[in-house]
Amino acid sequence: MDFRLTADQEALRRGMRELLAARFGRQALRAAVDGAEQQQVVDGRLWRELGEAGLFALRAPQSAGGVGLGLPEAVLLFEEAGRALLPGPLVASHLAGGAGLVAGAADGSVVVTALEEEPRPDGGAAPLVEHLAAAGAVLALGEGYGTGAGEGCPVRVLVPGQLVAEPMRSVDPLSPLHRVRGLLPGQPPDDGGGTTGGGGGRLGGVSAEVLRGEAALLTAALQLGSACRTLELAVGYAREREQFGRPIGAFQAVQHLCAEMLVRSETARSVVYAAAVTADDEEISAAKLLADTAAVGNARDCLQVHGGMGFTWEADVHLHLKRAWLRAEQWRTAVAGEERLASALLQPICR
Amino acid sequence: MELAYTQEEEEFRARLRAWLAEVLPTLPSRPDPLDWPARRAYDMDWQRRLHDAGYAGLHWPKDAGGQGATPTQHLIFLEETEAAGAPYVGAGFVGLLHAGPTIAAEGTSRQRARWLPPILRGEEVWCQGFSEPDAGSDLAALRTRAVRDGDTYVVTGSKIWTSHAEVADWCELLVRTDPEAPRHRGISWLALPMDAPGVTVRPLRTLAGSREFAELFLDEVRVPVGNRVGAENDGWRVTMVTLSFERGTAFVGEVVACRRTLRLLARRAQQNGCWDDATVRRRLGRLHAEFSALWRLIQWNVSEAAHGLRQGGTGVPGVGGSVFKLRYSHARQELYETAAAVLGPASLELSQEWALERLSSLSYTIAAGTSQIQRNIVAERILGLPKGR
Repeated sequence: MDFRLTADQEALRRGMRELLAARFGRQALRAAVDGAEQQQVVDGRLWRELGEAGLFALRAPQSAGGVGLGLPEAVLLFEEAGRALLPGPLVASHLAGGAGLVAGAADGSVVVTALEEEPRPDGGAAPLVEHLAAAGAVLALGEGYGTGAGEGCPVRVLVPGQLVAEPMRSVDPLSPLHRVRGLLPGQPPDDGGGTTGGGGGRLGGVSAEVLRGEAALLTAALQLGSACRTLELAVGYAREREQFGRPIGAFQAVQHLCAEMLVRSETARSVVYAAAVTADDEEISAAKLLADTAAVGNARDCLQVHGGMGFTWEADVHLHLKRAWLRAEQWRTAVAGEERLASALLQPICR
Repeated sequence: MELAYTQEEEEFRARLRAWLAEVLPTLPSRPDPLDWPARRAYDMDWQRRLHDAGYAGLHWPKDAGGQGATPTQHLIFLEETEAAGAPYVGAGFVGLLHAGPTIAAEGTSRQRARWLPPILRGEEVWCQGFSEPDAGSDLAALRTRAVRDGDTYVVTGSKIWTSHAEVADWCELLVRTDPEAPRHRGISWLALPMDAPGVTVRPLRTLAGSREFAELFLDEVRVPVGNRVGAENDGWRVTMVTLSFERGTAFVGEVVACRRTLRLLARRAQQNGCWDDATVRRRLGRLHAEFSALWRLIQWNVSEAAHGLRQGGTGVPGVGGSVFKLRYSHARQELYETAAAVLGPASLELSQEWALERLSSLSYTIAAGTSQIQRNIVAERILGLPKGR
């Protein structure tokens, strides 16, 4: 057993960090925030560059033109994307590109977003879709999760025009959201994949249940990256900011906040990485739950360490907190994850 | 990132399982937890069996009489023994996990020959005399004095929180040999024979009602200079060498046990109707996530330690130790608080399952470095924040 990253994995992560530092550094992030109300948040050129770098084709087999790597490598790249607060429907595009569900997803020429649940005819809580305006396709992964419905849920690819959706004011300036009221029976896209997949909700050989689990895990990786970044921001600020004639990081009250942030992110890291290795559904639930807790908790503590500055638009920490809130509502939420994990306790264990 | 065990590691596991299946049914019945001599006899009997089967001092270096096992093998050993319901290290704790490794690392060949074999064979029990009434978290404030008189030290002072003192043969004792030197530079490490004249043991009753540790009073106790391990006034370093001997495996068995308890608790909740309460279910679900993550954190730390050893280092886990302890001690307390929520008023009855564990879990955020001290360590040594005040 050797749980550490291999040299190749370290190199892959470093490459992604360097790419994002060059193409989506702090200036680009703030420019995106400033321009968010006038223009598209998803930068098509950057998206294609990410495609060229292999982010979306990472897990597609090499025989299909993909990179042929696995979930652990995907998790490392998504952790970096979370660190950089890279906007866009990364998870849905990666799933669509990896499974060959949407032509153009793998190379980044088509942006793919996701619909997690079917809108209910009775007008109940309408599901949300992010980055709908930028999307060329919508990956629909069945109705609900945590219901044990499992295999029966269909995988479908929809064209955005099929969604009866209205824009809403999103809390996260870099994640525009639409509320979905209904679905139109649209024309299938050119590859003919627009209708319900074959038996068992499979399309192109993938099950919705597996894709939902992977979506939860990759979202957890984004959260992990954000949690690590807000810890760095807090520690950096605590070293610099002086009050009472010394850096505030010399005060135990501040030190202990920072120490707990590290405990959250490192605990989340161990289970996120493990879930990437095992792809076990129970472990994915644990990973999402603890990564959500780490991302939200660390962003809040980071905000606190920043004092008054933390409450300003200028500091980046609110962007992390808002994104963390949004990611926590996506895929396996805390209620769904905790209920799944509780039920798992009643199952017999195999040793 | 690889969680699968190698074939060699799996073979180690299989041999161990086979031996456990054979030996466990032959053990005597468990002693009364309040009967210390019986506990000592039981724990030493188990250590003797481990020794005869080639498992004694698994993580000790071979030249000290140990097995030189890898951190991963040690992890497997602790996981399997707990899962099989084997006895815990018990009264052998200080000898096997601290005093022994200290002597192995810093002792002379004569000292190693005198003290190590009886620890491995389960013949001698050690206790630890570090903390004092006025030197707890601030250990370097210790004041127990040792004054040189020819070839003996005359030791006077008191120690506290000394586990197994009532049945110990030896005590690893930190004493001040130079009161003028800077605090960390005037301390020495001595092996104190517990039957020496002037040693008084007064058991302390814990809030759980048990006598798990004691106060130690030392009144002009004479200790041969030859019982000093390491140089005079170098005791702080000698002690720290072994405190860092910990390889991320300290709580392996306990985490295995906590995960089993959590499953029992879920079934109990199902039986008594608590399961219908979503807040109870969700608390149990979150604990399941917690302990899954803690298990993975152990595997992470062990992998780091194993790598460090392969590189010729000490095998000390980096970020891991303090992070793990902070999270685990809190999770353990939450586990038994949740147990109390499941049991309801029945949790008030001491004979009830989990009632004593709920009480003893309170020590976890205090013993072996309080959570506050751990956070100081994390902040200053890992995050590089300025020294606190």
